Amino acid sequence: MIEEGRPLFVQIAEGVEDSIIDGSLAEQAQAPSTNELAAFYRINPATAAKGIAMLTDKGVLLKRRGIGMFVADGARELLLAERRAAFAERYLDPLLAEARKLGLGPDDLGRLLTERATTDLTEGTPT
Amino acid sequence: MTSVIEVKSLTKRYRDTLAVDDISFSIEKDTIYGLLGRNGAGKTTVMSILTAQNFATRGEVRVFGEDPYENAHVLSRMCFVRESQKYPEDATPRHAFRIARLFFPNWDQDFAERLIAEFQLPLKKTIKKLSRGQLSAVGVIIGLAARAEITFFDEPYLGLDAVARQIFYDRLLEDYAEHPRTVILSSHLIDEVANLLERVIVIDHGRIVMDEDTEAVRDRAANIVGDTAAVEAFVAGREVIHRESLGRVSSVTVLGALSAADRAEIADAGLDVTPVSLQQLIVRSTQHSADAGLEEGALR
Repeated sequence: MIEEGRPLFVQIAEGVEDSIIDGSLAEQAQAPSTNELAAFYRINPATAAKGIAMLTDKGVLLKRRGIGMFVADGARELLLAERRAAFAERYLDPLLAEARKLGLGPDDLGRLLTERATTDLTEGTPT
Repeated sequence: MTSVIEVKSLTKRYRDTLAVDDISFSIEKDTIYGLLGRNGAGKTTVMSILTAQNFATRGEVRVFGEDPYENAHVLSRMCFVRESQKYPEDATPRHAFRIARLFFPNWDQDFAERLIAEFQLPLKKTIKKLSRGQLSAVGVIIGLAARAEITFFDEPYLGLDAVARQIFYDRLLEDYAEHPRTVILSSHLIDEVANLLERVIVIDHGRIVMDEDTEAVRDRAANIVGDTAAVEAFVAGREVIHRESLGRVSSVTVLGALSAADRAEIADAGLDVTPVSLQQLIVRSTQHSADAGLEEGALR
């Protein structure tokens, strides 16, 4: 669940972000507390708190004094925009690097992409 | 942040052996520390001196701003769980817990009883008849239920199986979250405890070789893997702490976080980056300092 080499608090924040993006954590809903996150991921509470602080700085979570942390209105849109902006760098660049190694050009990639996407949609076996 | 322990130029010499060599550090309040290092590095000596169970040869130790020696006011706020704790001949775990309850002002009897049940510890057997794991459980239970303001766990897991160790880590984290306090955990199982630690202090040959936030350490080193010539070209001018090769492929561990430009250069050269775990980093830094020491010695 936790990978080496990337800051833990970033991974914790991304975990919460993923729940907001896929809708399992709705806007205005109460977010998991620092201690809940620490217990779930088995990490130091200070690290979990750092992840939460990252999300409040970004405006994804809001602190309601004495009650806890809540998902802000518009948090999902904000995260989607951020993830889309990072999509090319995070997923396409490594894909292109590997494709270049294998001698696959943009046309080959386009064909493969369409093929895979349609197979996925019909949930059939690959042809 | 306020510090609860201040150590200045601490040195401990046993006859010809320099166990602790002029170290200085401080321990912040309500933080979980890892005190890591090889056997004989000086970890237990440092903890014994901090808890007034051993004398310093030189240097200054302040706990809660005071000298811990024969200082009941300071000692009752600390708990030291030793790897080889000695108990009176006929003592049972029940006796040990009763004494702990008298000694530690924050002792939580309900918590102790929950832990006893979880570790399935027999209370009426004499301690000398317990298994190694059960003996460790006695120490772990005292260390947790004492809720001392500073708790030292020196290799507390000997003989505990993976399930029991996980119980220890989980209860430690849970209870720390509810009752923040300072915990200093000495362990060989570095990867197992890495995520529990907020800060790590690594001791090697009686000296401190690392004293940093665990998060900062996580991206401090990386393995660069690939064609030997390309790897060597990339690592030239960087601080290399470890090298391995298999045929034409090399894996070189370099210190320093990689920038975006570094990563692009690595990708262009067809190299891979693999992360270095805290355990690997510590093993490599301590080997590195041992090698450096040998070279120095050879030069003299």
